[in-house]
Amino acid sequence: MLGLNNKDTSLFLVIIVLTILAPVLLNPFPTESTLAQFNAGYPDLMQKFVVFGIFAIGFNILFGLTGYLSFGHAAFLGVGSYSAVWIYKLFTYNVIPALILAVIVSGIFAVLIGYVSLRRSGIYFSILTLAFAQMSFALAYSVLSNPKFNLTNGETGLQIYANDLQLFHREGLPDFPHLFGLSMVSTYKLGVGPWEFQLNVAYYFCAIMMILAFYFAIRLFRSPFGMMLRAIKSNQQRLNYTGLNSRPYMLAAFVVSGMYAGLAGGLLAVTDPLAGAERMQWTASGEVVLMTILGGTGTLIGPVLGAGFIKYFENIFSKINDQVLHQWFTFLPDGIEDVLVAIVHPFIGKGWHLTLGILFMLVVIFLPGGLVEGGQRIARLLRRLSNRDKAADATNVSAE
Amino acid sequence: MAILEVKGVNKRFGGLAALSDVNLSVQESTVHAIIGPNGAGKSTLLNCLVGKLMPDSGSVMFDNQSVLGRKPHEINQMGISRVFQTPEIFGDLTVLENIMIPCFARRDGAFRMHAFEQFANETELIDKSDAILSDVSMTDQRDAHAASLSRGDKRRLEMAMCLVQEPRLLLLDEPTAGMARADTNNTIDLLKEINGKRDITMVIIEHDMHVVFSLAERITVLAQGTPLVEDTPDNIKGNPKVQEAYLGESQN
Repeated sequence: MLGLNNKDTSLFLVIIVLTILAPVLLNPFPTESTLAQFNAGYPDLMQKFVVFGIFAIGFNILFGLTGYLSFGHAAFLGVGSYSAVWIYKLFTYNVIPALILAVIVSGIFAVLIGYVSLRRSGIYFSILTLAFAQMSFALAYSVLSNPKFNLTNGETGLQIYANDLQLFHREGLPDFPHLFGLSMVSTYKLGVGPWEFQLNVAYYFCAIMMILAFYFAIRLFRSPFGMMLRAIKSNQQRLNYTGLNSRPYMLAAFVVSGMYAGLAGGLLAVTDPLAGAERMQWTASGEVVLMTILGGTGTLIGPVLGAGFIKYFENIFSKINDQVLHQWFTFLPDGIEDVLVAIVHPFIGKGWHLTLGILFMLVVIFLPGGLVEGGQRIARLLRRLSNRDKAADATNVSAE
Repeated sequence: MAILEVKGVNKRFGGLAALSDVNLSVQESTVHAIIGPNGAGKSTLLNCLVGKLMPDSGSVMFDNQSVLGRKPHEINQMGISRVFQTPEIFGDLTVLENIMIPCFARRDGAFRMHAFEQFANETELIDKSDAILSDVSMTDQRDAHAASLSRGDKRRLEMAMCLVQEPRLLLLDEPTAGMARADTNNTIDLLKEINGKRDITMVIIEHDMHVVFSLAERITVLAQGTPLVEDTPDNIKGNPKVQEAYLGESQN
């Protein structure tokens, strides 16, 4: 289907079904239950899942296929956001032109940064990209926000004010990013018994974008171009001696990957019409590296899983505080309860980074292929167990 | 007609003169061997031919065009393929994909953005690759990971990758190093066939005299960066200078 082989088609269909049903699947606990805080099916978080999913899919095209580790990908994310917000400020709240500009501008940025950075490989490439991203951050944070020429609005971040031009904004259109009048903020609340599911326009818009991004990534992975990129990772010298110029291939991969990041940045501005410099900071660049490695570098689904995993931790684990812990352990005698809470305390709330760090270490050491490899191992184990059962049955039968 | 013409090539690494005033003329459709003791400059010379190293002076003409200053992929596109001393293949890719890449290079040139085409639809190139795989008797390993092949098979794969490009000149850097005798003989047969059937000129660097004398029509002996003598295999065998510089050591 759609030029995909059977395996990829089923993977693609699974992704489509999961993203469509996400508001239901991520809300397994009734609203009133004590476990409701583990529900992830609220618009803000779901939007993050898919937007950072796109970011990680794009990053994986560069890192997973060519092995070039960019430590400055957040620069493109930030550029995408700023471009989108500028469209809002100058022209219209319609998200389509905003996203188009976000992708184009980040693409241009990627050409410039990639052209210079790709002159080096390995750690030097990583450091060059990091340097560019930090420069972009500094530009956005201070240099480009002086009173004479205010492109980024510095620390406050770029936002929309009542006196902005908004040339094509008309009465009756929502005062929020919209798709031809359909406001991104509108949410339909679906109550089913004790459950409540929130179907949000921005989420579904971003989800469709992610599905498209995912489809394009599958096609790219399976194309001759994708094979060339894997060849670069495998043996760049051989590629050159085989009559292929690896530089334009690398640059194309870098630009595609940067445009994915720009799209993700634009979508961040779709869900919330502001752009801040912190989006470009090196921690944001590091995050996408974590997502990709955690999920499974070079796999199709891995980056999406990694993005979801990290965003879930960031939003859910950080919300658990001592009070919640006390509630959980309330059945224990007071002394033991306090000790347990004290032990768990560093790993929750603001300490979620610690938990994530430990998990990341465990994954890198024991599952170099990330969560995808974990899934594969479990599948293999189950298959072996079922085979053994069958074999055991067979011997029983023959013994009889 | 000389397809490859090396004139007055010099290359120094710091104080060491790796190549001094090397002249070499390779006739079209022949097998030309370069032999010499370790450190004679054989690999340096080869690296100068493929754009990996830039000679300090001199000229290297392939088919009356200079190759100096060109990038490796440009030199390959001119029609020069190279087999390395240790097999250079795409270990993470399958054997078939390894062959497909040079096919693309041959058909599409040094770069083409084919991100929306499907690998599986390139039936013409896949057929071509399958034909080459059967020529080097590797059809069984078609879908194996290249990294999992034995050393001998990696060499054959690398040779197949070069052959599928239909180069005019094939440079081989010790193609049988580390091979068992049986494998070496297979390689000799394969190379003979390549030279005969496909009419590919070959420059071969080799330590194994059995290989050299089975294949070469002309032999150049390098010693300490200078060509000592260039002649037919029979004359080289009897040449006392060569005996002294090289063969003498190995025969005693």
